[in-house]
Amino acid sequence: MRDDRRNDRGTRDMPGKLKIHVDQDKCQGHARCKSLAPELFVLDKFGNAHEAGDGSVPAGLEDKAWLAQANCPEIAIDVIEE
Amino acid sequence: MSDHAPVTDWVHDFDHTDPRWTENPFPIWDELRAECPVVHTKRFLGCYLPTTYEAVKQVAYDTEHFSSRRVIVRDVRPEITSSAPPITSDPPEHKPAKQLLLPPFTPDATKKLEPRVRAICNELIDEFIADGKCDAAARYSKHIPVRAIAHMLGIPEKDGDLFIKWIHEILELGIKDDDILMQAVHEMTEYFAGQIEQRRRHPTEDLISTLMNARDKNGQPLSDKHVQGSLRLLLIAGIDTTWSAIGSSLWHLAKTPEDRHRLVAEPELLPTAIEEFLRAYSPVTMAREVVKETVISGCPVKPGNMVLLSFPAANRDPAVFPDADKVVIDRKENRHAAFGLGIHRCIGSNLARMEMTVAIEQWLKRIPDFRLDPAGQVTWSEGTVRGPRQLPMLFKKAA
Repeated sequence: MRDDRRNDRGTRDMPGKLKIHVDQDKCQGHARCKSLAPELFVLDKFGNAHEAGDGSVPAGLEDKAWLAQANCPEIAIDVIEE
Repeated sequence: MSDHAPVTDWVHDFDHTDPRWTENPFPIWDELRAECPVVHTKRFLGCYLPTTYEAVKQVAYDTEHFSSRRVIVRDVRPEITSSAPPITSDPPEHKPAKQLLLPPFTPDATKKLEPRVRAICNELIDEFIADGKCDAAARYSKHIPVRAIAHMLGIPEKDGDLFIKWIHEILELGIKDDDILMQAVHEMTEYFAGQIEQRRRHPTEDLISTLMNARDKNGQPLSDKHVQGSLRLLLIAGIDTTWSAIGSSLWHLAKTPEDRHRLVAEPELLPTAIEEFLRAYSPVTMAREVVKETVISGCPVKPGNMVLLSFPAANRDPAVFPDADKVVIDRKENRHAAFGLGIHRCIGSNLARMEMTVAIEQWLKRIPDFRLDPAGQVTWSEGTVRGPRQLPMLFKKAA
């Protein structure tokens, strides 16, 4: 599903138009997102992930945002195309 | 010690201690998954096995119908006398118990241990590299996590053999023999009581002192029983699990030259490969006890039964993972559940990943070319944690 969206529209064509959000009710601190996209996530003292800043994905990091989302075991990451 | 009859009908009479499961569980899981998302056995006083990722996930997320008060499927179900919070805790007790332990196990915190782990790996390799052969389980993977956790707890690394003995007795022999299990728990309790007593007189800055100094939400220190339970958990959960994961990864690389060559040539691929080894050879199978009747993936489950919660089987479900039976070391999307799903996500997952990465990295650096010794035999552990216990390897002697 995700791949279709990316291939159809191409995230590279829409720099800086993604926003991410980590659902705190779902995140269990696997930290896969932090490992795959360290620029986009911060961990709190318990190791749970939060989007960095307001969640805006800087241009050029779109693929990392999608990758983090696709590897979250708890499906806690939303990637919103604005 | 009770011996189990060999399994002839896996769908209605599965047994995760059967030698065939121990040797090669993957075709068994495929057979069961094709049959039903949840199968049942009368063994172990009644036990279900969810076979799909979806069913495993449903159970892991459902703390109302499935309790963690028992997390190992065994022949007997004696009264619960010793707990190991937070793994054996349910809500609402679970969260505060887990939060106490989380800060020392974040990626940044475990990163501080990395130099020690790398040194441990090198010390171990030094001992056998000149021989051109070794048992990579007995002489390498087995010793890395136990020394690392000893280092974190602030206890002598040389006590590692003692810990390994207790773990074998609790997780393997204890499935069928209650006396051995109780004796091992007793010995561990005595050992840690001594460690706690020492720290009362001479406080330290290790994980044991962290637990002793922790305060609950009412500002009260944890009971000795709680501290003991958590220490027991860290020791049991932190050792043969990662030892198994390192061993399985080396086993795979020994018999798959193309993956080995690729990781030597592209070391930056290692973290992705480690995730794939975790998926394909997940070591840990947990358990729950059914406490309220419910339905999982269309299958009714009844109280009084256990649930064998096979994250390893979930990770082989082709409905979630394309080419689930293949090891794809550059798999891009990998939502594997090797560390569990939901509130009981393994507290040591960051530590385990660091240990695995360092252990494989150091091995490949110093022993880039190796293969299974055809004269030897690979053997696997039985029951709750699966990994190689004998892993004979041949390689070029170091110059």
